[in-house]
Amino acid sequence: MATINSRIPEGPIAEKWTNYKAHQKLVNPKNKRKLDVIVVGTGLAGASAAASLGEMGFKVKNFCIQDSPRRAHSIAAQGGINAAKNYQNDGDSVYRLFYDTVKGGDYRAREANVYRLAEVSNAIIDQCVAQGVPFAREYGGMLANRSFGGAQVSRTFYAKGQTGQQLLLGAYSSLMCQVNAGTVELYTRYEMLDVVIIDGRARGIIARNLVTGAVERFSAHAVVIGTGGYGNTYFLSTNAMGCNASAAIACYRKGALFANPSYVQIHPTCIPVHGDKQSKLTLMSESLRNDGRIWVPKKLEDAKACQEGRLQGKDIPEEDRDYYLERRYPAFGNLVPRDVASRAAKERCDKGYGVNNTGLAVFLDFSQAIKDFGRKEIEARYGNLFDMYEEITDESPYETPMQIFPAIHYTMGGIWVDYELMTTINGLFAIGECNFSDHGANRLGASALMQGLADGYFVLPYTIQNYLADQITVPRFSTDLPEFEAAEKAVKDRIKRLFDIGGTRSVDSIHKELGHIMWEYVGMGRTKEGLEKGLQLLKEIRKTFYKDLRIPGTQDGVNVELEKALRLEDFILMGELMANDALHREESCGGHFREEHQTEEGEAKRDDANFFYVGCWEYQGSDEVAPVLSKEPLNYETIKVQTRNYKS
Amino acid sequence: MAKNISFTVKYWKQNGPKDAGHFEQREMKNIPDDTSFLEMLDILNEELINDGKEPFVFDHDCREGICGMCSLYINGTPHGKTGTGATTCQLYMRRFKDGDVITVEPWRSAAFPVIKDCMVDRTAFDKIQAAGGYTTIRTGQAQDANAILIGKAEADEAMDCATCIGCGACVAACKNGSAMLFVSSKVSQFALLPQGRVEGAKRAKAMVAKMDELGFGNCTNTRACEAVCPKNESIANIARLNREFIKAKLAD
Repeated sequence: MATINSRIPEGPIAEKWTNYKAHQKLVNPKNKRKLDVIVVGTGLAGASAAASLGEMGFKVKNFCIQDSPRRAHSIAAQGGINAAKNYQNDGDSVYRLFYDTVKGGDYRAREANVYRLAEVSNAIIDQCVAQGVPFAREYGGMLANRSFGGAQVSRTFYAKGQTGQQLLLGAYSSLMCQVNAGTVELYTRYEMLDVVIIDGRARGIIARNLVTGAVERFSAHAVVIGTGGYGNTYFLSTNAMGCNASAAIACYRKGALFANPSYVQIHPTCIPVHGDKQSKLTLMSESLRNDGRIWVPKKLEDAKACQEGRLQGKDIPEEDRDYYLERRYPAFGNLVPRDVASRAAKERCDKGYGVNNTGLAVFLDFSQAIKDFGRKEIEARYGNLFDMYEEITDESPYETPMQIFPAIHYTMGGIWVDYELMTTINGLFAIGECNFSDHGANRLGASALMQGLADGYFVLPYTIQNYLADQITVPRFSTDLPEFEAAEKAVKDRIKRLFDIGGTRSVDSIHKELGHIMWEYVGMGRTKEGLEKGLQLLKEIRKTFYKDLRIPGTQDGVNVELEKALRLEDFILMGELMANDALHREESCGGHFREEHQTEEGEAKRDDANFFYVGCWEYQGSDEVAPVLSKEPLNYETIKVQTRNYKS
Repeated sequence: MAKNISFTVKYWKQNGPKDAGHFEQREMKNIPDDTSFLEMLDILNEELINDGKEPFVFDHDCREGICGMCSLYINGTPHGKTGTGATTCQLYMRRFKDGDVITVEPWRSAAFPVIKDCMVDRTAFDKIQAAGGYTTIRTGQAQDANAILIGKAEADEAMDCATCIGCGACVAACKNGSAMLFVSSKVSQFALLPQGRVEGAKRAKAMVAKMDELGFGNCTNTRACEAVCPKNESIANIARLNREFIKAKLAD
């Protein structure tokens, strides 16, 4: 069994990171030029890491599956990025951001990592402003802020509803500056399919050139993956179509532990599902909850009339509306964390109060805000989101309440990493959403961007040196080594095996089926029976995949169906990992809700006596064999672990 | 409530940059009009695969109008005629009628060679960006973010310029294949902000020189780019780029 050592530095929590940096090993400038680093992914984490490492003098190879680094899915993040600047003078501090993040994560994150995240958050904002990121400003020229769920201060910096875009373009511009300087070599339209291990250390990757179809070898002294989350296991999610778990799964198959896979964030404000041809779910930013009020009808007959199209939300009088978040959580109201808001919506819909034709939607209403601030102000705040909503649904949120429903959005689980962001494989690092470390069982809004950039700009560029300092005498690797040859052959054999199935079904048709199973049995409300059934059905999906899959065309040149098939094979394994973790975790916490474990009021009920640990899963040599669990005990030295309370 | 419509899709097939390429077509029956255009193409591809054929290849990713992967020329308009100025992924079938013939082509520009079908190579944009689309600052050395005060009006205008998603619709729409709207939006973002002004002259010259080198055409002020930009970038940016460029040249 793998040994787990989180390598958290000694000392008081506020001094750990400073102490670490003071005592870590560094690499001198001359030696940096002799060391190669592969960074896979060009989102906030990948691009910022590649740019920073390049600037420091390492030789970086940076890979992405899209046609340009600027397309990574970080681009789609809407609402904002948190930092403990306290520019609003509302009592914010590093400690409070740390505390809110740990509490928001339902006390399942690692304290030391979260403190470091809060500590570097301010430098991120400084960095981005210096890059020319046009954050929203006040009339006096200072930076503006807004509030997000799970916080009682305004600490979220934003650029309209396109904060992810602006931050990614900032990181991308720094990356392209390094490309120009020759320190970073870009490989666009390349997909990593395996990690190459030599004598127990990650020394390279095998990647497929998505234009020519060639399977190619790349060597380095260290490998960093920043390849995002696994939300697309559900087929329908707010992720981009190309988002996938394959790089993380490749590391897992090679022995990296996978932590907390069942912690999946279901975002409360997405446009509801409308038909079986739908390809993705569109998020409506959490920032809308600053001014929008969430409600369903008080009376069942009104809800029924809405479902049958006989009654519209705007025609239901004020006294017949149930603002259920304000009712249940007076202190945080519509700004409770995402997991709480999502479950509350499900609870109302399960009881029959849903408001669209499927009964799976609630209202998000701006009529009060328009009355209070005027249409023009609301247009300035949310205009682009309202336009997007209207284009999709053909209804104007200025006239009639939006309809929203929870959807899969983000995955808190990921590849296990220690304090240095190194996985259980030496020299293999994981950053951003694809690691597990900072959000516990639930991520707060506007914290994903913070974590991606913290890892890429401010954490990994330090910690990776502590590893590389021991590698300065190791010469560059030839890709002719037998380990590369074997890994390449395995990838080619795998591709051939998939072509040879020669069945009748498209990748998407099987993926949709997988998605239904995942949503039904490993979704918002989970039970022992459901998860056991889900695991059974996942076995059958794998059988279907190996029997019925059809990939048209050949492996030469562009073959989108082949790309999707390889990812789907990994999603099936990912689904099993999630179900196994969810089944073993006999408690409810954050995004993981086991219906057997709830309070009388329907709130999540944790079991700290038995589950106060990170669940780490180890691959057993074959997709068909169940993974084995090991545990990293959580050790809270600073924060008192208690029941989350957003009521008072 | 959604209604169903039937129509013909003519779509471009091209096996690599050297192939001449040709149209193929397919009758699409009873498609709900609340389907997005790309979901309609997903249905088309599902049918093609079920018929044992190779699917139609096109770029797409986020499907919420922000990643800039979408690059389809629909009925003679980049991204198609969407309601609010948006990308193809935000185009819905309710904008079409029963019996329509819908023509789908790639971006056509010398600087964007076809990779396959409607998938084109836009790495030229990355190269222009690499020539100067940044501020040269070192990670972790920035001063406090509020140390530079920036007026709300300037910040908002810079944001409008920075909204460009780099899709290339401007180039596809331009009879000269000019990338001026793309380049000027990036140059403008930095020109409007104090952080960007330090390297302003160098940036304008380097990005324009790279654009010319990569085979993009000249701007002749037809405004075709502005009309199709999904993010409503303004040709006022082009005027600003010209000023920046001339200023830089005069200073040489």
